[in-house]
Order: sequence, then C-alpha cells, then structure tokens
Amino acid sequence: MGLTYRDYLREELFPQMWCAGCSHGISLTAVARAMAALKLDPAETVVVTGIGCWGKADDYFKTHSFHGTHGRALSFATGIKVANPRLKVLVLMGDGDGVTIGGNHFIHTARRNIDVTAVITNNFNYGMTGGQYSSSSPEGTISTTSLYGTAEPGFDICELARAAGATYVARTTPYHVTQMDKLLAEAIQHKGFSVVEIISSCPTFFARYNYKVTAVEMMRLFKERAVDRERYDALTAAEKAGCFLTGRLHREEKEDFHTKYARLQQQAKARAEREVV
Amino acid sequence: MAEFKFLQGNEACVEGAVAAGARFFAGYPITPSSEVAQAASVKLPPLGGYYIQMEDEIASMAAIIGASLSGLKSFTATSGPGFSLMQENLGMAIMGEVPCVIINVSRGGPSTGLATKQAQGDVMQSRWGTHGDHAMIVLTPSSVQECFDQTVRAFNLSEKYRCPVIVLTDKTIGHLRERIEVRGPEEIEVIDRKKPDCAPSQYKSCAPDDDGVAPLPSYGDRHLLRINSSMHGEEGFLNDSPANATALVRRLWDKIEKNVSYIGKIEGYRLEGAETVIIAFGIAARAARRAVTLARAGGIRVGLVKLLTLWPFPYAQIREALDPNCRSLLVAELNMGQLVLEVERLFKDKKILRVNKWSGEDILPGEIMAALKEAGC
Ligand code: SF4
Repeated sequence: MGLTYRDYLREELFPQMWCAGCSHGISLTAVARAMAALKLDPAETVVVTGIGCWGKADDYFKTHSFHGTHGRALSFATGIKVANPRLKVLVLMGDGDGVTIGGNHFIHTARRNIDVTAVITNNFNYGMTGGQYSSSSPEGTISTTSLYGTAEPGFDICELARAAGATYVARTTPYHVTQMDKLLAEAIQHKGFSVVEIISSCPTFFARYNYKVTAVEMMRLFKERAVDRERYDALTAAEKAGCFLTGRLHREEKEDFHTKYARLQQQAKARAEREVV
Repeated sequence: MAEFKFLQGNEACVEGAVAAGARFFAGYPITPSSEVAQAASVKLPPLGGYYIQMEDEIASMAAIIGASLSGLKSFTATSGPGFSLMQENLGMAIMGEVPCVIINVSRGGPSTGLATKQAQGDVMQSRWGTHGDHAMIVLTPSSVQECFDQTVRAFNLSEKYRCPVIVLTDKTIGHLRERIEVRGPEEIEVIDRKKPDCAPSQYKSCAPDDDGVAPLPSYGDRHLLRINSSMHGEEGFLNDSPANATALVRRLWDKIEKNVSYIGKIEGYRLEGAETVIIAFGIAARAARRAVTLARAGGIRVGLVKLLTLWPFPYAQIREALDPNCRSLLVAELNMGQLVLEVERLFKDKKILRVNKWSGEDILPGEIMAALKEAGC
C-alpha cells in the first residue's frame, strides 16, 4: 500500500492539543510509525481511547476510532475485537484509564488474553483534571490532591500486566524513540494481549511538582534512569528504586481468547446438530 | 418455522433476540435475570455467535457497544444494582448512537434490596438513570409471548434509530412459564441498521439523514467510523460550542421523541364506555386486566390501557383510546408511585387514583377492585 506514518495521521488537526513539552506527541507519532511499519490497513484498524490527555489521541488517527467513557476502553475494545477478529485494535490509555479506574478491566482483559494492544502512557498523575495522584504515582508523590505526599504505593504496570496474564509486556520512554517504535510494532504484531507502557513526562504537573524540572530535563532523566534487564539486575535495591526497567519484559506464545472461542463455537455447533438428530 | 415452546420470560427474551439477529451477548450474572445469560450462553455459540461473561455490568455494557459497532447485533441482561452500573455506558450508547438492547428484569430495591423479589421500581431509572438530557426507549412485556415479541421490537427500534433500547420486565414475568409461539426470522419483521451509500471519503459518522439518523458502517468497513462520547460535530470530532451542544442534544432527543407515533404502543381492554381506566404495564397490567373483567361483570364501567411502550410515554395514543366518558385514571404499579407522576402531569383533566405496592409481592386483582370501590367507581 506504501503508506508512510504521515498517512495515518490527521496532520490538518495539528498542532496537537497537548502542553508544550508534553511527551504524548512523541508517543503519537511512534504509534503511527508502527502502523506504517506493519502496513496496517486503516479500514481494519481501530484506535480506542478513554478519557485524559492521551485519551485525545484518537482524534489524530486516520483509522476507525472509538472515544468513550473513562476507564472502559479495554471493555469496548473487547467487544470490538471479539465481534470482528480481523481487526487490529489499539487501545491508548493513560495510567488513570489503564490501571486505576480501569484496573479491573485491565486485569480481566489480560487474563482472557484478548488480542488487542494496550499502549499505556504512564505520567504518574491525572494531567487533564489538573494533576491529581493516580494508582501509579509512587509513594510520597506530590500532586494537587497530595500536597503532603501520598501514603500509598503505586502500581508497577508491567508487573501487574504480567501477573494478570498479558502475553507481551514492554516498557519504554519518550527518550528512547527507536526502542519505542520497535516495541510498539512487536506488540501490535503479537497475537494475544500486549501491553506497552510508555513512561511519560507531564511537565505541567508531575514533573514540576516532583522533580522540579522542565520538559527538557525530564528527557535527560529518562535517558539516565532507563535501564535494560541486564543492567537492572546488577543494581542494588536502592539504585533500582530510582530507575525504570525498560525493553521487552515478557513474551509468551499462548492461544488468544478468539482462537479458543472459535473452537468452542465449533464444538457447540457439532453438539447442537447431534442433539437435533 | 414457528414452534410452540413452554418457556420462561427470561428464555423468551433470548429466543426473540436470536430471531431478531442478535449474535453477541455480554453480561454479569444477577438474580433474577441470570436465566437470560444462561440461555444466551447455550444458544449463541452454535450459531457462530458469542457469549462473554464480563467482570461487571459496566464492562458488559461496554462490550455490547463495541461488538455492535463491529457489526453484530448485541444485548445484555441485568437487574437492580447491575442496571445502576450500566447507566454510565447507557449514556455512551446514546451519545455514540450505538444500537444495542438491555433486558432489565427488575427487582426490589434500593441497593441490593429484595434480590429475589418483585418490583417495578425502575420506571424512572430506565428513563432518567444516565446523566444529562436524553430520550430513551423502554418496552414493557406483560407475558412470556410479549417477552419474545418485545425483544424483537427492541432490536428493530435500536437498529432503526441507532440507540440503546431497554426491555423492562420484572421478576415475575422473567420467571413465569407460558406456552408461546417462537417465530423464525423469516416470519417476523427484522430491521437492520442503515449503512452508508456514499463514497467512503464522503462519509461523516454523525451526519444525520432527513430522519435524524446517521448511517452506520461497521469497524472493518471502508467507511471510517468515528464514535465519540463527548459532544461532537458531524465528523465525530470534539465540538463543545454552545450551538453544537444545543443542536446535537436536540437531535438525539428528537429522533426518538418525535417518533412516538411509531415507537409508542398500547393495548386497550374494554375501554368502551369506561368511566375509569386503569393504566398499567408488565405484570401489574395482568392483574389489572383480571380486575377489569371482574368489575365489568359487577356492572362497574372500567377499562384498561396496557403500556407496551413505557418511554417515550405514549400520551397521544392513550388520550385517543379513552372513552369520552372517562373521568378518572387509576395507575397500578409495583412501586411507591413513579408512572403516576407522568400520568398526573399529562392528564390534568382527570381524577388520578393510585394503587401501589413495594413489598416484593405482586398486585392482586382484588386489591385493584378494592381501590376502585373505595374511589366510588
Ligand atoms: S497536563 Fe501533562 S499530560 Fe496533559 S497535556 Fe499537559 S503535560 Fe501532557
């Protein structure tokens, strides 16, 4: 088809709605590049989003799209994919949509191994509503609803995904764009529930409150603190706490929901026919 | 081919859904609706359809919305607190204009309330449960046959108007067993959603035709579909301008409220010369019918209007059905008085009587008779 990543984007709607320095723009074009690399047919691709800053990303894709209620994106996506298994379904969520209000749907989508890809930009807070803490905010996070810090630890999204049954799990950052492109393409190609967590910067709130740095300095932070498995394993516990383990963290071949369900339909049909006879 | 079967109301809903073309069910078990899920889980897979048990009713509602947009007629079933959880995404289906059907087998509340007992307490929740201004189609069967027929009609209306439709039954109808005629798809009217006939590049997901309804392709078709739960313009992009918000909410309202003559359905019984007319739906309408028969035998001039459409309220149809001699209306319902509020609002020229019960038991014909006598009928 010969589409470039720009053919998947509605550039006429640019500039993007995100704040200056927000990393979502980097993630957006990376998703488009993965689509182009895999030559996805826009008419067989559905971008599903929920609510939040990243939840506005569907506006920019020239594919089918679904923008729905907060936290339910994976449940809409489950219906979309199960009813038409030919579709490539990309579910773009933040940490709020993905693992906080949508936490229950997240673990169950993983458990069922529904063949959709979750692209979770994790900026450790709710940007759109004004910088409140979320379930991924690390303990002690300063936010507009936790000026004294938080008394609860944050989820490790990748660990959660893996424990719940996701069959592809990866983490990257907006600094590591080449890695991001590669992991996104791998995840979209993977048959089964795949999760790519993009550690993201919200310079307007989280970065300003907690690191007291600008968007550019956040990029330096990503560069320094993202480590691959080999380096990570060699770190002490104290060193690990300040780092992000990045790269492909988990991949297993396991039949997805639809493959199993198609078999069940065949058996049910055979049984129904026998019972009629 | 039509077949006669001895079925529960809950099972009949599934027979109706399948005849109407439904091939996707997502739900979460809850008494007294669980038999709908059970029957769907048996019937759909051999037909190449899907039964998926979700983690809660929020996800169930979301999954049927997604599946409908991928082109499968979809439904769910619930009750009480489960119906409350569905309100969020009922709004999504209204705003995104997604055809789907919700079977609500009502039970006693509030909260987990009377989980195994009877009530008609969702008259207002089914109309106004989700936030914001919206119209809602709610159909009310009063027999097992009507569970079949009304579920077929629910799918047809949802496809025609691109909207969710609620089939509001109750614990007694859901569990009642009666002999019914199960008709095949070739013996019933089946309406399918309008697909776009323009070039894919010309298509706009939310641009209505003259009837106020936009054609709906499926995900996977060449016409790119943009569904948006937020206030949107004709192309499905966010548009929160005052003019657009005013126009969109109005259109979503009008496409239903301006078609009450088609959507509204009532059934009259012995309305000739009736000075008092009972208005009831669901199981209460059956008790009312018996009360009318008994009262008429005793010379009391009473009739019945049974609502097959609860919302949009079929006001004009009721008004037309009433005998010129009708002076009072008696609303019999299994709640503290919900439907009666609408009747009072619209029939200011009549004396309004009430029979209410919220004990978890059904209304008995004798109780309606007693109310008629007490009112001097
Ligand atoms: S609030 Fe934060 S996440 Fe949202 S657009 Fe601004 S920088 Fe990005």
